[in-house]
Amino acid sequence: MSAVPAPLELDGLTRAYDGRTALDAVTFAVRAGELFGLLGPNGSGKTTLFRVACTLLAPSGGSARIFGHALPTESAEARRAIGVVFQSSSLDVHLTVRENLLHQGHLYGLRGRELSQRIADGLARAGLAERARERVGALSGGQKRRVELAKGLLHGPRLLLLDEPTNGLDPAARRELWDHLAALRDEGVASLVTTHLMEEAERCDRVAILDAGRLVALGTPHELRTGLGGDVVTAEPAATDRADVLLRAVRERLGVEAQAVGGVVRVRTGDGGPLVARMLAELGDQVASVSVGRPTLEDVFLERTGRSFAA
Amino acid sequence: MTWLPAWTLFRREIVRFLRQRNRVVSALVQPLLFWVLFGAGFSGSLRVGTGAGQGSYEFLFPGMVVLVIVFTAVFATFSLIQDRNEGFLQSVLVAPVSRSGIVLGKVAGGGALALGQGVVFLCLAPVAGVPLSVGTFALSLVVLALIAFALTALGLAGGWLMDSVQGFHAVMMLLVMPLWLLSGAFLPLGGAPPWLRAIMFANPLTYGVAAFRHALYPGGLPGQDLPPMGVSLAASAAFAALFFGAAWFVVGRRTRGDLR
Repeated sequence: MSAVPAPLELDGLTRAYDGRTALDAVTFAVRAGELFGLLGPNGSGKTTLFRVACTLLAPSGGSARIFGHALPTESAEARRAIGVVFQSSSLDVHLTVRENLLHQGHLYGLRGRELSQRIADGLARAGLAERARERVGALSGGQKRRVELAKGLLHGPRLLLLDEPTNGLDPAARRELWDHLAALRDEGVASLVTTHLMEEAERCDRVAILDAGRLVALGTPHELRTGLGGDVVTAEPAATDRADVLLRAVRERLGVEAQAVGGVVRVRTGDGGPLVARMLAELGDQVASVSVGRPTLEDVFLERTGRSFAA
Repeated sequence: MTWLPAWTLFRREIVRFLRQRNRVVSALVQPLLFWVLFGAGFSGSLRVGTGAGQGSYEFLFPGMVVLVIVFTAVFATFSLIQDRNEGFLQSVLVAPVSRSGIVLGKVAGGGALALGQGVVFLCLAPVAGVPLSVGTFALSLVVLALIAFALTALGLAGGWLMDSVQGFHAVMMLLVMPLWLLSGAFLPLGGAPPWLRAIMFANPLTYGVAAFRHALYPGGLPGQDLPPMGVSLAASAAFAALFFGAAWFVVGRRTRGDLR
């Protein structure tokens, strides 16, 4: 182990839940000041992992450490070091924005002038300084999320844990939240963010991909994508919603392995150019468009699990 | 890390309550209605066993004060389930707060609300023909506080183990109402058949109600067949301690509810 313990270190983490193995020997570490994405479809175990990391669930096998503090035995120390943003709101809608933050500060042993200063700073940063005296119930979804984030950051944690934080937000609010996380990363605050969205995972420094409780890939988005090599040819069927028909045609007539994902047919190949030419020549009447691109995290998932991500 | 979190949870309980006016109103109006209707309905038939020449309004009055407390204290359970459903509780559970801090804050908050409303109702005593002096008021306050905190602790322990609002309503009907009905608040101990008396004497709330009646009538209530004041007070204190301990124990454990 290095001199400075990692914000989050999982070693063979296993957790049985509802009589099945929700996490199966997962090993990875979130490094200091890193924006780390935990990507997986629903039921992949990422919420279970999130709950272990935020001290709500104890590991049933292996170990989990927060800045070197073993869970669950050193939960108290770990709790001081983490800020948590839950998927569902944890704000009290009957209290004002400021009251919610005051309450949160008290839970972390903060009080008096220091707490007031932190609240003022947090609200200024969230762009909510002038909404401080309003009830949370009166805020928009995006504003609530910003309060939620300010709440999680109030005690100055060095690791932020966020469970699907952009759930239910409009695109502008989503972008804003990710900009905020990137800014925090630049200040040295590490984040672990669970998501089922590829484009969000692309914004992370590193990504762990979970499937059925197992870690199936780990690396920077770039590493993971380029690790696959080659091109991806994407064909959109002429008849909408008939990706299955086109898929069969591609397999049978072109003799290549392909997958139908999200209404289009994708083929991984070394060099996309010749395949595009063949596709247009032989299946021209069945495709609306054909394009060539680099592999995405979607392809990484497909490659490692043999299944499409299909969020 | 116990006192500051406990204080902030306590404060929140009070602030939330005052901002939900319907809660204030319903907790007071329902017992008031019961009192007026039952008082009128039983005015002819309740002489038996009440002793001391009390009319039905006067006899039922202490029970109604206790009912206000029962309703409000049990609402602490509801507030806990709400905290869970609204997601508020999850941020408390991941904070570096001892579980005893959570129990203290919640019981103090819910108990204070219950006591406060009980006292508001108690101020109607002269209307009911119940004599009230500084001394009897002060002693009543102590007894009502014991009842309020005991019931709130019990409600908290129950709520912690409960998942849904439906479960809460079931418990309300199957446990809380009989608890109150069979406490001597509504049916006089004196007139009850032996098997019912046995049940009533096993009911923790019976001792609270008896202590409250003693507190209001320092001259004694011959014929009501109440347990003596000393026994009633001691039993009430013991039950309060027991329920607080139960809440402490239950809240200290991890439950599935932590994950909602």
